[in-house]
Amino acid sequence: MAEKMALAKAINESLRRALESDPKVLIMGEDVGKLGGVFRVTDGLQKDFGESRVIDTPLAESGIVGTAIGLALRGYRPVVEIQFDGFVFPAYDQIVTQLAKMHARSLGKVKLPVVVRIPYGGGIGAVEHHSESPESLFAHVAGLKVVSPSNASDAYWMMQQAIQSDDPVIFFEPKRRYWDKGEVNAEAIPGPLHKAQVVREGTDLTLAAYGPMVKLCREVADVAAEEGKNLEVLDLRSVSPIDFDSIQASVEKTRRLVVVHEAPVFFGSGAEIAARITERSFYHLEAPVLRVGGYHAPYPPARLEEEYLPNLDRVLDAVDRSLAY
Amino acid sequence: MTVESTAARTPRRSAGSKAGTTGTKRTRTTAKKDAGAEPQLVQLLTPEGKRVKNAEYDKYVAGITPEELRGLYRDMVLTRRFDAEATSLQRQGELGLWASLLGQEAAQIGSGRATREDDYVFPTYREHGVAWCRGVDPANLLGMFRGVNNGGWDPNSNNFQLYTIVIGSQTLHATGYAMGVAKDGADSAVIAYFGDGASSQGDVAESFTFSAVYNAPVVFFCQNNQWAISEPTEKQSRVPIYQRAQGFGFPGVRVDGNDVLGVLAVTRWALERARGGEGPTLVEAFTYRMGAHTTSDDPTRYRGDEERQAWEAKDPILRLRRYLEASNHADEGFFQELEAESEALGKRVREAVRAMPDPDRFAIFENAYADGHALVDEERAQFAAYQASFADEGGN
Ligand SMILES: Cc1ncc(C[n+]2csc(CCOP(=O)(O)OP(=O)(O)O)c2C)c(N)n1
Repeated sequence: MAEKMALAKAINESLRRALESDPKVLIMGEDVGKLGGVFRVTDGLQKDFGESRVIDTPLAESGIVGTAIGLALRGYRPVVEIQFDGFVFPAYDQIVTQLAKMHARSLGKVKLPVVVRIPYGGGIGAVEHHSESPESLFAHVAGLKVVSPSNASDAYWMMQQAIQSDDPVIFFEPKRRYWDKGEVNAEAIPGPLHKAQVVREGTDLTLAAYGPMVKLCREVADVAAEEGKNLEVLDLRSVSPIDFDSIQASVEKTRRLVVVHEAPVFFGSGAEIAARITERSFYHLEAPVLRVGGYHAPYPPARLEEEYLPNLDRVLDAVDRSLAY
Repeated sequence: MTVESTAARTPRRSAGSKAGTTGTKRTRTTAKKDAGAEPQLVQLLTPEGKRVKNAEYDKYVAGITPEELRGLYRDMVLTRRFDAEATSLQRQGELGLWASLLGQEAAQIGSGRATREDDYVFPTYREHGVAWCRGVDPANLLGMFRGVNNGGWDPNSNNFQLYTIVIGSQTLHATGYAMGVAKDGADSAVIAYFGDGASSQGDVAESFTFSAVYNAPVVFFCQNNQWAISEPTEKQSRVPIYQRAQGFGFPGVRVDGNDVLGVLAVTRWALERARGGEGPTLVEAFTYRMGAHTTSDDPTRYRGDEERQAWEAKDPILRLRRYLEASNHADEGFFQELEAESEALGKRVREAVRAMPDPDRFAIFENAYADGHALVDEERAQFAAYQASFADEGGN
């Protein structure tokens, strides 16, 4: 029974299902109640589940995550919303020093099933702090899982899985894809949360991406196809853990890899992928692993973001450079 | 007047003293509904434009001249006009976003005009009226909303810091700056603006702690415009915000934020305390955000029209106009001239925005570091080569 819906709506439906099926699930955040969140991802949930399940919090991110930790210690499964990527940092301390480490600190006795939802990434013409991609800052921290769906179906299912996970999950939502529609089958049996997916088969080169860049990579592959190049597109879906086996399998077929993400390339997830794949598949590679992403510069004002963000041309350029080796 | 020599004084205006007469229970349960009528609200001009006596604060505006009163009026009218122009420029696609100050003119002009040239202001993102008082060209405020820069003015040329979007951060900067002022033995003061929502942030609590401990010459100016996007003040605090100061060991006072005279007096008092080595003060300007939170917000989802209508009756501009007219401090000619000046300002702002060029694409790499950075240089060169490859194609 597949239904076509926008990615934001898919998350909304997923949260609704979680609230219905588990009384311990809570939604918390700024403006998540009456307003339904600034992106309307939680639209209607407070109306249907009440103020004690869908909680408008004071304007304090450290407080939101810190109290979610306490609620989780008490047996709840909070799903908290950080309004925008750039506003997670007041909560970064709680996430990094507490949320990530309590399980280890308690020798496994304490579980913290907290989901931190963060709309992230650029391309919507916003002001400062509304367009960043800080996923590497979280992936670098042991104890956290970091995922990012690229389409409505994954958004629906990955949210279910994130809420069911006994580990904290940082759930990065590609905000510029919120309005993209896709099929969601609420009765399907989803694949594992951290498994990458081949979304387009190809033979000449692998494009690996996640979240907002998957759509771009598909477009790149379409354009490249017109030029006679057959690209494979891999949707990583998870940044921590990363499904290196799937990348390796693809690369050993195509022998070339370009990683695309919006975050700055320097110390980004692409760097980790390049290093691991070089170790694993050195003798299969025909070219160095290339990366396309943001520069080592503050996210620029809106009128320059198209220059900063990976686009069709920049990815195609990297594809050409790889194929030229 | 060193930091060390002045012990923190007993708060003069916190819950325990003056406000105590209200009864905590009542303020707790009805903080929002009738808070505007709470007895502890300092008010010098009623909504009808009547001047009311105030034993404590009258002296801070005692010598005010008709010309100065007209000046305050002019500031509010021009600020509102500027704000309206920016709102329509956003609708016309010239700005990506706008955070309107409609309704908060008195809070901003009253406090802004209380500052001295050598004072230092730390705003959030809605302080267009304060910027006006500090002599910042209004067009400069629009760059970040148009998306051509992330601030764009030199904070030191008017002692007006860049707008801060991350809620509450600037209150700590203000406190640190004020600690520096005290260390230098200077007698200027610092004022930090923030919203009622921001009062929940840890940074704000930490700035209260630091400023109290170091007796920093800083005024915390909270514009309680009743809403933090969709959340009413009760979602931030169970006590009136000004009362929080007491727990940190400095005074807090609530002023009618739609009364420009009251705000001027109270802010002058607070700034003088700071200058006199008496440390921080929290001023809560009780006001109202008449419009949407920003142009991306839809307030119909969370509040009704009646509330706005009730606040329209307390309009800060109308109130001063009534007073000016009743006291014969301004004639028809003044209002007409101001009308023309408003139109001219609107036109100037519109033209300035439309003439604002997009930044050069290499601006991405500018100013990430003061000293330069090898990686940035490398990426800039790659970017240039990439751009040049298109230029070649274009030349074919
Ligand atoms: C740390 C942080 N969290 C969230 C936001 C998103 N946000 C922007 S303004 C705002 C509401 C602010 O309300 P308030 O402090 O009362 O100021 P007002 O805008 O009403 O003047 C929110 C939640 C932000 N800018 N910074």
